[in-house]
Amino acid sequence: MPKVKETEILIVGGGPAGLSAASAAANLGASVLVLERDGKPGGQLIKQTHKFFGSKKQYAGDRGYQIGDLLIEQCGNNPNVEVWTDTTALGIYEDGVVTAEGQAKHLKINPKKIIVATGASEKMIAFPNNDLPGIYGAGAVQTLMNVHGIVPGKRVLMIGAGNIGLIVSYQLMQAGVEIAAIIEAAPTIGGYLVHASKIQRAGVPILTSHTITEAYGDESVAGAIICKLDESWQPVSGSEQDLKVDVICLAVGLSPLTELCFQADCQMKYVSELSGHVPVRNEYLETTRPGLYVAGDVSGVEEASSAMVEGRLAGISAACSLGYGEDIAPKLQAEALAELSELRAGPAGQKTLRGIMNLMDKGGAVC
Amino acid sequence: MGKIKDRLTPIGEFVPQPDDDMIICRCEEITKGEIRQAIHDGMFTLTEIRRFLRAGMGLCQGQTCTRLVKGMIARELGISPLEVEPAAARAPMRPIKMIVLGNEGKES
Ligand SMILES: Cc1cc2nc3c(=O)[nH]c(=O)nc-3n(C[C@H](O)[C@H](O)[C@H](O)COP(=O)(O)OP(=O)(O)OC[C@H]3O[C@@H](n4cnc5c(N)ncnc54)[C@H](O)[C@@H]3O)c2cc1C
Repeated sequence: MPKVKETEILIVGGGPAGLSAASAAANLGASVLVLERDGKPGGQLIKQTHKFFGSKKQYAGDRGYQIGDLLIEQCGNNPNVEVWTDTTALGIYEDGVVTAEGQAKHLKINPKKIIVATGASEKMIAFPNNDLPGIYGAGAVQTLMNVHGIVPGKRVLMIGAGNIGLIVSYQLMQAGVEIAAIIEAAPTIGGYLVHASKIQRAGVPILTSHTITEAYGDESVAGAIICKLDESWQPVSGSEQDLKVDVICLAVGLSPLTELCFQADCQMKYVSELSGHVPVRNEYLETTRPGLYVAGDVSGVEEASSAMVEGRLAGISAACSLGYGEDIAPKLQAEALAELSELRAGPAGQKTLRGIMNLMDKGGAVC
Repeated sequence: MGKIKDRLTPIGEFVPQPDDDMIICRCEEITKGEIRQAIHDGMFTLTEIRRFLRAGMGLCQGQTCTRLVKGMIARELGISPLEVEPAAARAPMRPIKMIVLGNEGKES
């Protein structure tokens, strides 16, 4: 193997955004290398056993892992795409060289264009004993159950009533695990009400304006104390409840995984609607570092549907900037942009749109 | 950083809190009390806290605690978390075995 691997487009992250970017760019003729930290590409989709919401164009109605398999197949069928699994990007340097660890080697890649599609990481909250065994992020619980077939315990306290908290609770119930309660600090349930009512009908309480004050247990979690919050989010004294649980599952949001963008010196901005610091980019997802694009949750936490379309848009734009498909790229870009607006037309999308408005870089056309 | 004046603004005495022994950085096992004390000792940025205590420099490279530490700095200094500058992201951003680096260049 040569010391430095040359490629036209390097994609970091093989989730829905990265895989969609890979096949879009490769279809226009660019050669693409995808780095994926996991043993199998697919990102979050690998562990999603539920049927997806969203638009038919983005495979709504199919189960998440099936969508993942489809994207893997599309890349697999394209000779221009190379996917390195079990390979983690470690850094990006001033000259544009990206380093990674894979195949027990320190790898160096010199790409002409880079698409960062690293997704997001789970947020943590602080409470006493939050380091006890038995306290998991919701993503970890899903991986345990849906990828490895292992239930995390017998009785769970779920923290967070957004879609992730609701869906993972339901999946735990399907696996025969009891949910003691779902608590949510906000006064309203954040996730879709169809999911919430399905859970409530099964007898699981969803307690809004509630938080956890501590976990307890010797070797591992034995229970949790929860309490009510008043209008100014302060604990109401005397409202404490003791729940005997052996698992506490945190579904309190995601933060974009933007270290590479920071390292690449992209201009970054904190946008709460997009869940954290995200790189400033133009309409075609190119950041302020020329030739570096972003797509998916790393550019603002959203959904797999929009991650796939953003990936496609970034892939087309990167390929086009290398001279591939210049004749059809504008049409394909316009199509992707129209799909994104369609996806963001709903109430949940309004938040993302506000966030993007906040962020948008004015200049910078492609091609 | 850079705003020397900020360093001279008194932020009050360190007052112990009942949950000071709560672990904030799980990888390096750094507690809330240690971080609050460091802020009162003059570490006003994420980078300084990292270098001083190693909070955020362990296995997960701050994915778990950075947001929490940032909130604590903001609270102790009485500013918005947005005013706390983000921590520098450096390579390697994920752990890598020394042997992998050590073997570099040994094979062609
Ligand atoms: C419980 C749950 C339910 C959901 N339900 C829906 C739904 O019904 N409909 C919907 O549209 N969306 C849904 N989503 C959201 C959707 O899964 C995400 O928005 C989507 O996966 C984001 O895609 P992505 O490609 O940006 O990131 P990810 O899917 O997170 O993929 C990122 C990939 O990058 C890899 N990676 C990260 N860092 C590195 C590195 N340094 N080197 C190499 N590889 C790296 C990761 O291993 C990962 O494979 C759900 C999410 C969850 C958690």
